[in-house]
Amino acid sequence: MSDYVPVLIYAAFIVAFAVMSLGVAALLRPSRSYDAKLQNYECGAEPIGQAWVQFPVGFYLVALVFLLFDLLAVFLFPWALVLRGLGLAAFWAMALFLAILSLGWLYAYREGILEWK
Amino acid sequence: MMRDVVVAFVLLNVLVLVVTYVTYVERKFAARMQSRIGPYRVGRPHGWLQPIADAIKLLIKEDIIPAMADRPVYNLAPIVFLIPSFLIFATVPFAPGLGLADLNIGILFFLAVSSLEIVGLFMGGWGSNNKYALLSSMRAVNQIISYEIPFVLAALIPVLLAGSLRLSAIVQAQSGLWFVAYPVIGQLAFAAFIVATIASENRVPFDILEAESELVAGFRVEYSGMKFALIQLAEYTHMFGVSCLGALLFLGGWLGPGLPGPVWFLLKALFIFLLVTWVRWSFVRIRVDQILRFSWKVLLPATLILVMATGLWVALRSGHVS
Repeated sequence: MSDYVPVLIYAAFIVAFAVMSLGVAALLRPSRSYDAKLQNYECGAEPIGQAWVQFPVGFYLVALVFLLFDLLAVFLFPWALVLRGLGLAAFWAMALFLAILSLGWLYAYREGILEWK
Repeated sequence: MMRDVVVAFVLLNVLVLVVTYVTYVERKFAARMQSRIGPYRVGRPHGWLQPIADAIKLLIKEDIIPAMADRPVYNLAPIVFLIPSFLIFATVPFAPGLGLADLNIGILFFLAVSSLEIVGLFMGGWGSNNKYALLSSMRAVNQIISYEIPFVLAALIPVLLAGSLRLSAIVQAQSGLWFVAYPVIGQLAFAAFIVATIASENRVPFDILEAESELVAGFRVEYSGMKFALIQLAEYTHMFGVSCLGALLFLGGWLGPGLPGPVWFLLKALFIFLLVTWVRWSFVRIRVDQILRFSWKVLLPATLILVMATGLWVALRSGHVS
């Protein structure tokens, strides 16, 4: 665990850098705001309503498929480490697992999930 | 402990400086590709003070927070965006023993932290309460779920070949032959890695989330002053970080004749960075549905087959040894 102490120190420095540079900027910069300046930018047109409206996200089902394959990646990393020691047996085990997963991918393909709608 | 503090401090400062000048290199390179001169006025030979001038200018610019924005989210986003892009360098070895922490899960740490960038990006897009920004961050999510897996799988091939997740061990394993020079497997994996890199850096032809002609500047459209500077810095740092990863995984990191290790490393990272910049100024943007289709129907199966082919090769070779 002590390996991660430098990483934590480094992360603290990054946060400090961000906060400090924003702080210095706050001291140096001018602040002359008026209503028109504080409007949202929409190429000069007056914005109508908020941006937080419901709209269809074209990749909702893809996101579910993504979760499956991301899990696969989690399994692949330890497999990649021990493959050298275990040899062909480990290779065939992963090949079987992938074959099953590929059927799911094929199903998603045929159902047209992998398309932007 | 004291050593760690000093190294972390030095690493952060060197990175900020190097990345500032990477933007300069990119601008000069882009200018050459378009038969322009690029930055020239600030600083006598070839405008070498331009990045410093930009930083000072952004530091003293007014900070405009839109009245409709979700203030806490909007203000936090640049910081959340900045942290992962610098944190990925924590585990990068610049030369043997020269680096902050050579973690035993180095590459996993790198990949995990680098994809956290989407959180800051989405916070920026959502917090701005701007339609362009929100659309842009939605597209960014689409991009990351499409290219994260090919990116991880392409990075897995050097892991398979080296049999270690430690980045310095992966470089050591290339002391005979760089992984990019492995017949067929090496070149295909490198090509897949470059494509996924361009997508994960959101650059042309995969820059739909900042598409100037439709979304102005994407998720950062409402940011100004130092917050804009931090977002820009984070983006370029991430880009440079992924280039460094490519140099470590495929181009043998610090290995090379003659020059000292860190110089070789920087040259290789810059080579990948300029390769991506070259692509940027040579191709047109592709549509969002094309991105999704290309990733899931071409790149994902291709990288999976490549991983399995590499796995078979490694497994067969291990059989010969034992």
